Amino acid sequence: MFNDSLPTFWSIWVAFITLLVIFGCAALIYFVRKSERFKEETEETMGHTFDGIEEFDNPLPRWWYFKFVGTIIFGLGYLVLYPGLGNYQGVLGWTSTGQYDEEVAAAEVRYGPVFASFAERSVEELAADPAALEVGGRLFSNNCAVCHGSGGKGAYGFPNLTDADWLYGGTADQIKTSLNAGRMANMPAWQTVLGDAGIEEASHYVVSLSGRGHDEALAAKGKVHFQAYCAGCHMPSGEGMQALGAPNLTDDVWLYKAPNLTVLESVKQTLRHGRQGVMPAQLPRLGEDKVHLLTAYVYSLSQKP
Amino acid sequence: MTDRIPVVEVEDDAGERLAHRAVPAYRTKLGVYTRGVGGFFQNVRLTMGLVLLWMYFLFPWLNWGDRPMIWFNFPERQFFVFGATFWPQDLILLSWLLIISAFGLFFVTVFGGRVWCGFTCPQTVWTQIFMWAERYAEGDRNARMKLDKGPMTPGKFRKKLLKHGLWFAVAWATGFTFVAYFIPARELVVDHWTGQASIAAYVWIALFTVATYVNAGFMREKVCIHMCPYARFQSVMFDKDTLIVAYDTDRGEPRGGRKRGQAADASQGDCIDCGLCVQVCPTGIDIRDGLQYECIQCALCIDACDSVMDKMGYDRGLVRYATEHEMDGGKTHWIRPRLIGYGAAMLIMSGAFGYALTHRSTIDAKITRDRGALFTETRAGDIENSYTLTIFNKTSFNETYEVNLMDRPGARLLGPGELNLAPGQTRVVVYQVQMAPELVVSSRLPVAFTIEPSKDPNNQVRIESTFIGPDRWQ
Repeated sequence: MFNDSLPTFWSIWVAFITLLVIFGCAALIYFVRKSERFKEETEETMGHTFDGIEEFDNPLPRWWYFKFVGTIIFGLGYLVLYPGLGNYQGVLGWTSTGQYDEEVAAAEVRYGPVFASFAERSVEELAADPAALEVGGRLFSNNCAVCHGSGGKGAYGFPNLTDADWLYGGTADQIKTSLNAGRMANMPAWQTVLGDAGIEEASHYVVSLSGRGHDEALAAKGKVHFQAYCAGCHMPSGEGMQALGAPNLTDDVWLYKAPNLTVLESVKQTLRHGRQGVMPAQLPRLGEDKVHLLTAYVYSLSQKP
Repeated sequence: MTDRIPVVEVEDDAGERLAHRAVPAYRTKLGVYTRGVGGFFQNVRLTMGLVLLWMYFLFPWLNWGDRPMIWFNFPERQFFVFGATFWPQDLILLSWLLIISAFGLFFVTVFGGRVWCGFTCPQTVWTQIFMWAERYAEGDRNARMKLDKGPMTPGKFRKKLLKHGLWFAVAWATGFTFVAYFIPARELVVDHWTGQASIAAYVWIALFTVATYVNAGFMREKVCIHMCPYARFQSVMFDKDTLIVAYDTDRGEPRGGRKRGQAADASQGDCIDCGLCVQVCPTGIDIRDGLQYECIQCALCIDACDSVMDKMGYDRGLVRYATEHEMDGGKTHWIRPRLIGYGAAMLIMSGAFGYALTHRSTIDAKITRDRGALFTETRAGDIENSYTLTIFNKTSFNETYEVNLMDRPGARLLGPGELNLAPGQTRVVVYQVQMAPELVVSSRLPVAFTIEPSKDPNNQVRIESTFIGPDRWQ
């Protein structure tokens, strides 16, 4: 937590000004009351006239006077109970974050059972239940759609969740693992190892795996690099490894295909600089029950015909 | 032609004026003992009051189809007025209605003075009921004044108890009825006796009961004189051709008492100075002093004076509705630019309101393009944008909506082409639009969606949006 208390001087300064205003008001009302010439309603006028309009020299109405006094007492009482005087925290110990936490806890009590009842059912069953998907869809909109898109179609650097291609696997358990703990993907940078020529050669080999246009000679040289450096994660066949989240290079799904570059140029970029992919862990934020429902929703996205 | 009424200095000394007036500037105790009076205008007031009260008390009990005729259902944000259902999105209609009402008030005021205050204002109508209860329980003016001066006796206590009991009953009925516009009366009447109603319902009923009790029982004319903003600005609209309750000074003065049936001699006017006009006045003024800002034009003094004139065998109309010009012996100009202006404004507003009411959209739909990922490339290399459609069925029946893409040849719409919505249902549906890369000739292309209700194809909604692509083809 950050330190949100004021330096001593400013704390005293704020408290001083606050109290000065309150006691200033009290003094004002006291002296006004004291200086009144008449204590009862009167027909004496103040003596000045404007355009035929005169002002009665009436005292401040009593109800009004007591309202003033009441606000002063209220103000002082408030400052004793609640934070307001510099760093003084108030007798009640109220804080805005405390109130927020209370409201979150209250919402948890109210909505928790809804999610708990969903959590008792299997992911596959929930994925076929429109009511569950409606609630899950809202969770997705609030927590996932910013990166993965409102339809789960992904974006540059963010995987499409609606297709059959999965970096870490698309079974219910695998999706739940990704959601619970998050994922840290790491593709190392090979510029210093391979050099410009090596990058060129390896890239041609990588695009040849999915049958794209490439230079045969370069690809043949690149295959050597690939077997030496890449096959450890992407497997000798280039089909990838879900345990590590190493993508399948033989299909036509390219997570880092930049819109202004061809696939070949995009692959070169990736090889030169590497890639860091981060999927944040949802369990600490959402809790088990909500993650379960979210799993069902994400699972349902790729199950559609 | 429409001269303002000149300001007349009635009294010089403020203190003397206060002492002279029937009502001091501010009174802390109830001081107006109104006298009951019958007559033409009192009958008009009574009829108006009864009609308005019946409407107020009856409406919550009437049903329209299977729901209350008027029901402001706040929890579900639906407002039923007769056959129509309104939603918070229709709030603009309420503003129109209020503007029309304001111009209506201006129009009526320029023509006939403060007739709104005297005949239809809830303050007046409820005060009327309470005054009736007061007379019923304690007798007429003199009896009440005597009763209040006298010591507390069992008889006095009984009368007071009856009066306050009646007041309280009316106040409670008012509070209950008010809440019944928000919670169906047939549920509320059972629930609130059995303790089942919500705390909010009890609080509001109690609040309105107390407010009505205090307001119509004790505040009465003080509200009109000291609190009501309309009271103040209505007077501004008066001119010399506005109908006001006026005392015919030329005919009445010099006033003086005389025996019944005695003809006025040359030295006397028709006013016999009986003071009845002052006694019946709910705001406690003397109309013979001329037009005063306290006057709410209830015309009770006209009825009172007419009854006296009849007894005396004089012509009626010593106090009557008349214009300032008429009283000065001049001619009244009924048609004035101001009157025409307010009338025209009211008619134009009413027309616009009618149009807005009959042409209001039965769909509330909006399209939001994804902000996180501006566009994606599909495996085939197409450019794809995601859009979220939020659609809300404002009708009271099941409706099917056809969603189409317009104005973008070659673009494909992915997502349900037809949406079924229950009445009052909101759906959030994600759509994708795909285009071949060579068609994405600019990084920002206009695109439009149309949503057509199957039962009401004329009420089609068109929503403009944009299609975002990469910069490379520019």
